[in-house]
Amino acid sequence: MTGGNLIRAVRALPWSGKIGLALVAFWIVIALTGRFIAPHSPGAFVSYEVFAGSSGKFWFGSDFLGRDVLSRLLVGAQFTVGLSAIAVTIAVTLGTGLALTAAVGPRWLDELLSRAMDTLISIPSKIFALVLVAAFGSSIVLLTLIVSITYVPGNFRIARSLAVGLTKLDYVEVARARGEGRFHIALVEMLPNMIRPLFADIGLRFVFIVLLLSGLSFLGLGLQPPDADLGSLVRENVSGLGEGALAILMPATAIASLTVGVNLLIDAATQGKVK
Amino acid sequence: MSLSPHVEVRNLAVTVRGPDGQPLRIIDDVSFDVARGEVLALIGESGSGKTTIALSLMGYGRGGAAISGLIRVGDATLDGAGGASLAAQRGRRITYVAQSAAAAFNPSRRVIDQVIEPALIHRTESAQAARARAIDLFRALGLPGPETIGSRYPHELSGGQLQRLMAAMALITQPDLVIFDEPTTALDVTTQVGVLQAFRRVVRQQGATGVYVSHDLAVVAQMADQILVLNRGRVREQNRVAALLEAPADDYTQLLIAAAHPVVKAQPIPAKPEPLLEIAGISAGYGPIDRAGRPAYPVLSDVSLTIGRGAAVGVIGESGSGKSTVARVVAGLLAPVAGTISLAGETLAPTVSGRTREQLRRVQIVFQNADVALNPAHSVGDILGRVLRFYHDMHGADAQRRVAELLDLIRLPATVAERRCDELSGGQKQRVNLARALAADPDIILCDEVTSALDTVVRGAILDLLADLRRDLGVAYLFISHDIATVKALCDEIVVLYKGTRVESGRRDGYDTPPFHPYTDLLIGSVPELRPGWLADESVQAAAPLAHLAESPDLCRFLPRCPVAMAGRCDVAPPPLREMSAGNMVLCHRTEAELVG
Repeated sequence: MTGGNLIRAVRALPWSGKIGLALVAFWIVIALTGRFIAPHSPGAFVSYEVFAGSSGKFWFGSDFLGRDVLSRLLVGAQFTVGLSAIAVTIAVTLGTGLALTAAVGPRWLDELLSRAMDTLISIPSKIFALVLVAAFGSSIVLLTLIVSITYVPGNFRIARSLAVGLTKLDYVEVARARGEGRFHIALVEMLPNMIRPLFADIGLRFVFIVLLLSGLSFLGLGLQPPDADLGSLVRENVSGLGEGALAILMPATAIASLTVGVNLLIDAATQGKVK
Repeated sequence: MSLSPHVEVRNLAVTVRGPDGQPLRIIDDVSFDVARGEVLALIGESGSGKTTIALSLMGYGRGGAAISGLIRVGDATLDGAGGASLAAQRGRRITYVAQSAAAAFNPSRRVIDQVIEPALIHRTESAQAARARAIDLFRALGLPGPETIGSRYPHELSGGQLQRLMAAMALITQPDLVIFDEPTTALDVTTQVGVLQAFRRVVRQQGATGVYVSHDLAVVAQMADQILVLNRGRVREQNRVAALLEAPADDYTQLLIAAAHPVVKAQPIPAKPEPLLEIAGISAGYGPIDRAGRPAYPVLSDVSLTIGRGAAVGVIGESGSGKSTVARVVAGLLAPVAGTISLAGETLAPTVSGRTREQLRRVQIVFQNADVALNPAHSVGDILGRVLRFYHDMHGADAQRRVAELLDLIRLPATVAERRCDELSGGQKQRVNLARALAADPDIILCDEVTSALDTVVRGAILDLLADLRRDLGVAYLFISHDIATVKALCDEIVVLYKGTRVESGRRDGYDTPPFHPYTDLLIGSVPELRPGWLADESVQAAAPLAHLAESPDLCRFLPRCPVAMAGRCDVAPPPLREMSAGNMVLCHRTEAELVG
């Protein structure tokens, strides 16, 4: 896509999509630069007052230990956005890859993969995470892996039903009659025609992952201190809820704006193109 | 209102918002009258606006189209009418028969309840009276068991029967105007005759006024009193049927009439070409295969045919005859349960995976519907380039040059290579579909109904192209169609399939005069002729078949429908294959002398 096309595509978005795009762009920028623009070290105790309100020195006040909320938020966004993006990439690559394999492969393989996914989908995600964290201890790599694996079956289901619908289409039959291999049929003939609905699924799954990561952090199973993602910021400051502290409101607002932004953008982008 | 015409349309215009946001007139300045009890036909190619006009008569514009002009039906004026007043007209005074009745019926309700629904909604009569009227209409439409057929569900009925039921639904409120929108286009030619006869009878009987939308002049000639020829939303010509067909004044009408008769290309039938593709005793079907080696849903049984190098063999039959399955078996997409296929002496493996790339290259398949046969995600250049790379290992500039050559061969500009398929017209797509097969440099192309989805004028152009390609490149065709006129225009030899059995085969000229197999006779007799009154002729009235003779896979498959079946012969032994004096091979108990008469 050239620059001109991109600008035209953005212009064609409805206003809700533009808002979504702005929010998503904002969070990507924060994730990339947050660590460098943070006014204080995220772990430093900079204020003697806990749950302080907004001030010239601490825009978002201080948290339950007197750390700068803005700085912790800027660094936390990096974990939330980054981990979610990596996890969603792994989940969708695995899910769609296996789905295409199932669709073009022999019937027994399709059965095997589908039943394996059914098994996986029946395990509650938080319990699954709990067991794995208990067994192996919490680490960023494990966390990403758990979250990815949790969302593979859902993506597999959607991608497989899309792919199976395509296998009976004439252009796939033509490719088969030509003698094309399964690899070519799956990646060149089928995948490009699944992109749009898959894209919608990716957005949805990104949001799920943000929420699962935040939920795990809230339970204390996610990122371990002193690192903190947006979810852990909410959890650690939960005692400030009674006094309406910015330390809990700001990270909660951040999670909301990120997920709402992604959804608005994806809705607008997929809606306009479907005939 | 006694003096003014029954239906009056003046300066009808339909405007939509174009792709650039500017208003676009898709119908411009259309005026016509329909007298009470007459049928006016709207005819034109797809995109001519015929359906748009028909729908605007109901005050309906698709996708935000704006309708302007005067529309008067009976004593009701429709322009500007909206909401409740429009709803009072629709389904009561103006009714509609859609193209695909199979898709128009609710599958979960009995048909009688759906047929009388308009009468109940508009409270024209009681449910009981409506039921009685519906049964009368069923009888008039020639539906089997008019008393009981209504209690069935749509999936239990055939396409032809559903189309008749839809007509009954349209007529139940005794409307001022019935709109028939291509009601027989989706039907087999043999089914179409019966449905047309039923429509004609019931329209006469009820004295209904109608607007009949079609692209088929021959069908329209049977149904209408007047014809309105449309092109790009404008009226080209309007006249009485006989006058229009005999002396078309407009050049576009002349083009349409010429296209209705595909001309037999003066291509001599090659003497005895060396055999290229030999299909011997193929049986095939779908579903699990039982112990006797028969699939659960058998489609083809013991089909043989030979195609010479550079020859064109046509396969015709109605839907369900297994003609497309022949192409799928030859292409290796479906493994036959018995029989062999050989290409230039080499026996081909039953499926694609067992064949060499060279064998695959020599046999190419082209599907009917170019909309789904071309991958919408790829450009034309990608689609053709992939074939070149795959079979000929051609890359870069070489491939680009070849793509341009191929596009030139199918008479499209080279710039088309950059475009995606959804930016092309139906005819252009079908050309690209053909070019993809040509890119492989094949010996034979399997054409599966490649002209069926196209307008008559475009179809003529594609047939011309196919004939030229055959002459210039020496490529052979297995040409599958349901239309005997199309097959005769292109092929040297014709095979007639009925329920997966080859009932007749022979050279093209053998199909000019009888004797034929009774099924071939039915097929040829069912093609509407371009003259009014053809439908009323005795010759097309299908003789009552001996319906009590049951179908059996070991007997003649055509037996239950055969008008000349003989009890005691046809129902005890399989029919012999007879050679007629014209050279045709016919699978029938009747002798040549009997078949002529």
